[in-house]
Amino acid sequence: MSTTESLPPFTGTALGCIRGGRAVFAGLDFSVAPGEALMLLGPNGSGKSTLLRVMAGLLKPTTGKLAWGQTALRDEPELHAARTHYVGHHDAVKPVLSVAENLRFWARLHEPHAGRAAGAVDAALARFGLAHLRDIPGKMLSAGQKRRTNLARLLAAPSPLWLLDEPTTALDRANIKVLETIFAEHRAAGGMVVLSTHQDVDLPGARTLHLDEFSVITDEDDDQ
Amino acid sequence: MSRFFEVVRRDLRLALRQGSDSLMVVTFFVLTVVLFPFGIGPEVGILERVSAGVLWVTALLASMLSLDRLFQADYEDGSLELLVLTPTSLMVVVMGKVLAHWLTTGLPLLVAAPILAVLLHMNSDGFTVLMLTMLLGTPVLSLIGAIGAALVLGARRGGVLVSLLILPLYVPVLIFGVGAIDAAVQGLSAEPHLLILGAMLAACLPLAPWATSAALRQALE
Repeated sequence: MSTTESLPPFTGTALGCIRGGRAVFAGLDFSVAPGEALMLLGPNGSGKSTLLRVMAGLLKPTTGKLAWGQTALRDEPELHAARTHYVGHHDAVKPVLSVAENLRFWARLHEPHAGRAAGAVDAALARFGLAHLRDIPGKMLSAGQKRRTNLARLLAAPSPLWLLDEPTTALDRANIKVLETIFAEHRAAGGMVVLSTHQDVDLPGARTLHLDEFSVITDEDDDQ
Repeated sequence: MSRFFEVVRRDLRLALRQGSDSLMVVTFFVLTVVLFPFGIGPEVGILERVSAGVLWVTALLASMLSLDRLFQADYEDGSLELLVLTPTSLMVVVMGKVLAHWLTTGLPLLVAAPILAVLLHMNSDGFTVLMLTMLLGTPVLSLIGAIGAALVLGARRGGVLVSLLILPLYVPVLIFGVGAIDAAVQGLSAEPHLLILGAMLAACLPLAPWATSAALRQALE
């Protein structure tokens, strides 16, 4: 994570998104600089997950643009993917692969230097308290253990920008504490964290973005 | 390139651990072919005449059986999102998955085909050409099938839908696959048919992963 200090800020300007004929949000601006954290808040359906998917590059925004400094995201999608870790609602843990195999695959796919990944995988598992489960197949894991296996990707293959969609789901209090420590370390090393959450996650100095401020009231509702 | 092999290795490992899938494809192929002598009678002349067609039609159906698991499981457990976000072209990932699919379904069909050809009294002049057509044709089936499998992601009854989408596209492979074997059995040159099959493979190699990638991105929108 040595190069992260020199990164330009990750910004979005005038973002708007239409899903299934409904405008989810419009005129949304954000900026995350190295070392910063951004917390997405808002009620269900306010577009937190949509915004995270837009940030990850899974969804194209209907209007507006995303950029690293001056470089638009769509000009360099692969660079963006290399800089980003996205943790969604699903844990992407294969039932027939062991915990270590699952993690090693994602780490190597993200960052192919296998030699480095091998040590990093064990370190990441240990950090999330999964070292004793490394040879257990994915189907034997509890929801919280699956979630931690998924989160271990963050450490196994370093990337500066973390996009996390409710990462604390299924985690107990102790593991949320571990996650908070990892966030703090990541930010201290110049990383960026964007997350949506319904629970209290302690992110000192994090900026908040209230999605409901950007919701769009349309005339379509009058038809009903 | 190392990412390509990572995907192949992972999908092969998944297929081997789950085991039953690729076994099911070959079993379907064998059982269906074995039904034909019961259905149309054991006369050597008739069986010999239809053998190439029966083998190819059954191979098409068998390879289609396995398409739903190409992307469906990854789509359901969130792996597909991460595969799409791999810091490389999505085509590389798709190629890896298609190669693993071919190794676990196309290749077993290729191995089983000559044994079944004996059962159907195929003229032995056709055996080499049968293997060649299978070698060129089954990768095309996997490549085209991947487009269909990606297009029906998220749809209910995807399995039925994928056959409606894909079977018409399989027709050229069937025509030239059977044509080559018939030509060889009748003592004619099978080369033109084989060349066209090769051309199909050459065209599908870049085009099908490109179309599949587009369909996968669409599925995740």
